[in-house]
Amino acid sequence: MIRRVDRLSLLAVPALGYLAVIYALPLVMLLAKSVRTPEGFSLAEYADFFADEYNMRVLWRTLRVAGLTTLLALVIAYPTAFAMSRAKGGWLTVFLVAMVLPMSLGVVVKAFAWSILFRANGALNGALQWIGLIDRPIRMMFTETALIVGAANVFLPFMVLPIYAVVRQLDQRLPEAAASLGATPMFRFFNVTLPLTLPGVVAGSAFTFSLAVSMYVIPSLIVGERQQTLSMLIARSFLYLRNEPLGSTISAVLLGIAVLVVVLSSWLARRLGART
Amino acid sequence: MTQTDRIFRALSWSVGLACVAFLMLPIVITIAASFTSSPVYTLPPPEWSLRWYASLGKRSGLRDAVLLSLNLALISTLISLVLGTLASVAVTRGQFRGREAIATFAVSPLMMPGLVVGVALLQFFREIGLRDAYWSLLLGHIVITLPFVMRTLLASMAAFDFSLIDAARTLGLSYPKAILKVLVPSLAPAYLTSGLFAFLASMDNYPISIFLTDARNKTLPIKMLQYLEEQPDPSLAAMSSGLILLAIIVLVLGARTVGLNRMIQG
Repeated sequence: MIRRVDRLSLLAVPALGYLAVIYALPLVMLLAKSVRTPEGFSLAEYADFFADEYNMRVLWRTLRVAGLTTLLALVIAYPTAFAMSRAKGGWLTVFLVAMVLPMSLGVVVKAFAWSILFRANGALNGALQWIGLIDRPIRMMFTETALIVGAANVFLPFMVLPIYAVVRQLDQRLPEAAASLGATPMFRFFNVTLPLTLPGVVAGSAFTFSLAVSMYVIPSLIVGERQQTLSMLIARSFLYLRNEPLGSTISAVLLGIAVLVVVLSSWLARRLGART
Repeated sequence: MTQTDRIFRALSWSVGLACVAFLMLPIVITIAASFTSSPVYTLPPPEWSLRWYASLGKRSGLRDAVLLSLNLALISTLISLVLGTLASVAVTRGQFRGREAIATFAVSPLMMPGLVVGVALLQFFREIGLRDAYWSLLLGHIVITLPFVMRTLLASMAAFDFSLIDAARTLGLSYPKAILKVLVPSLAPAYLTSGLFAFLASMDNYPISIFLTDARNKTLPIKMLQYLEEQPDPSLAAMSSGLILLAIIVLVLGARTVGLNRMIQG
C-alpha cells in the first residue's frame, strides 16, 4: 500500500516539474535580477522606483483603476447572481450564454469593441444624444471612466460566476427561518444572506482585482499612452526603452501586488470558512 | 412575500437583465460594425456590405498568424491535458503531504500578471540560450493552458469514484490502462470544457506571447493589435466577428455535449 502511494506522487512530477522550471524559476530569477547590481545585493532600483513621483502616480492610478473596476463589477454582479439563481429554462440559458460567450472571447476583440463604442462619433455618444441625455458628443475615449467601464465589462463574468456558485448553494430555508422568527428583510439580508455569500464575493473580487491590476490590452486600446499603468510601463521599458532593470523592478512590484491579493484573499476565505 | 422582498427581487432582476445587455454589447457592436460599407466605423452602418470580409484575404500575414495560433492552442492544450491528468490523479489519490499546496501552485498562473510571466520567460529563455520563437511560444502557452485544465480536473476528480479504477484493475487492467479506459471517459465533460477553455485562452493570449514572438512568428492577437495600429479599418471588426463565430461554435459544441451549467462550474 505504501509503495503504491509513493508511486502515485510521482505522477505529479511532470506537471509540477514543468511549472517549476518554465514558470516559478523564471519568476524567481526576475526577482533576483531586480535586487542584484554589479556590486551585489541592492534595493537601489526599488528606492529609485518609489522615489520617482511619476512612478508613484502610475502605481496609484493602477491600484485605483483596479479597485474601482472591481467595485463596479461587484455592484453589477451581486444582484445578477441572485437573479441568475432564480432563473429557470430559457432565462437561465440567456444568463449562462451572456457569461460564457464573452468569457470565450479574446480581450483584444472586446477592448477593440469598446474603443469603437467610446469614439466621439461612436455608438454610445449617438445613443446618448438620441435619448437626449447630452446635446453634443462628450469625450469618452482616453478617460479613466471609460477604462473602468470597459474593464468591468471584460472581467464581469469572473465576478458573477463565483458569487452565483455560492448563491445557488444557499439554503433558501435559512432566510425563511429568520423571517419566521420575525427578522425584518433588511436584518435578514445583512445577518443571514450577505455573510453566507461573502466567500463568493471574496473569490470573485480577488480574481477580478488581480486581472484588473495587471491588464494591458484594455488600457492601451482605451486610454492609450497618455495615462500609463504599471503593465504599460513594463511593456514600454522592455519593448521600446530597452531598460531591463527598470522593467524587472516594475514587474516585481506588480508581482508583489498579485501575490498579496492571492495571500489576502485565501486568508479571508479561510477565516470566513472557519466562522460558518 | 413582503413588500421589501418584492423590491429586492425586482431590483435583482433589473440589474441582472441590464448586466446581460452590458455583457452582450461589445459582441453586438463588433458584428454590426463588420458589415458596414464605409471605410470608418460609423454606427449604424450607412449601408450593409461584405467588403471587409472580402478584404481579409488580402491582409498580409493573417493566414500565417491564424495557423500559428491554432497550432499553439491545439498542441499546448493536448500536452496540458496529459500533464494535468497525471498531476490531478496524484493530488486526488495520493497520500503525501503538501497536496493542497501543489493544487494551489498548479492553478496560480491564472492569478499572476501575464505580462510579468512573459517578461520572466523572455529573460529565462535568453539565459538558457533558447532563441527559437516557436518553441518559446509553445513552452509559454503550456503555462497558460495547464492551470485551466488542472482547475477543472481537480474539481471533477474529487467527485470521481476511484473504486471503479480498482474494479478495472481486479479485472486485469494495468493502472495506466485503467486510468485511460475508465477515468478519462467518465470525466469526458471535464476534459471537454477544460480543453475548450484552455484552447481559447491560448488562442487569445496577448501578454505572454508579446515577449516571445519574433518578426516571423506572430500570433493572431498580436497581429490584430498590430493591424489596429497600422491600418484600423473595419476589417478588424470582420476578423473579430470571425473569432466570435469560433467562440459560438465552441460554445454550442460544449452546450450540446456537456450543458452550459456544467461548463461554468469548472
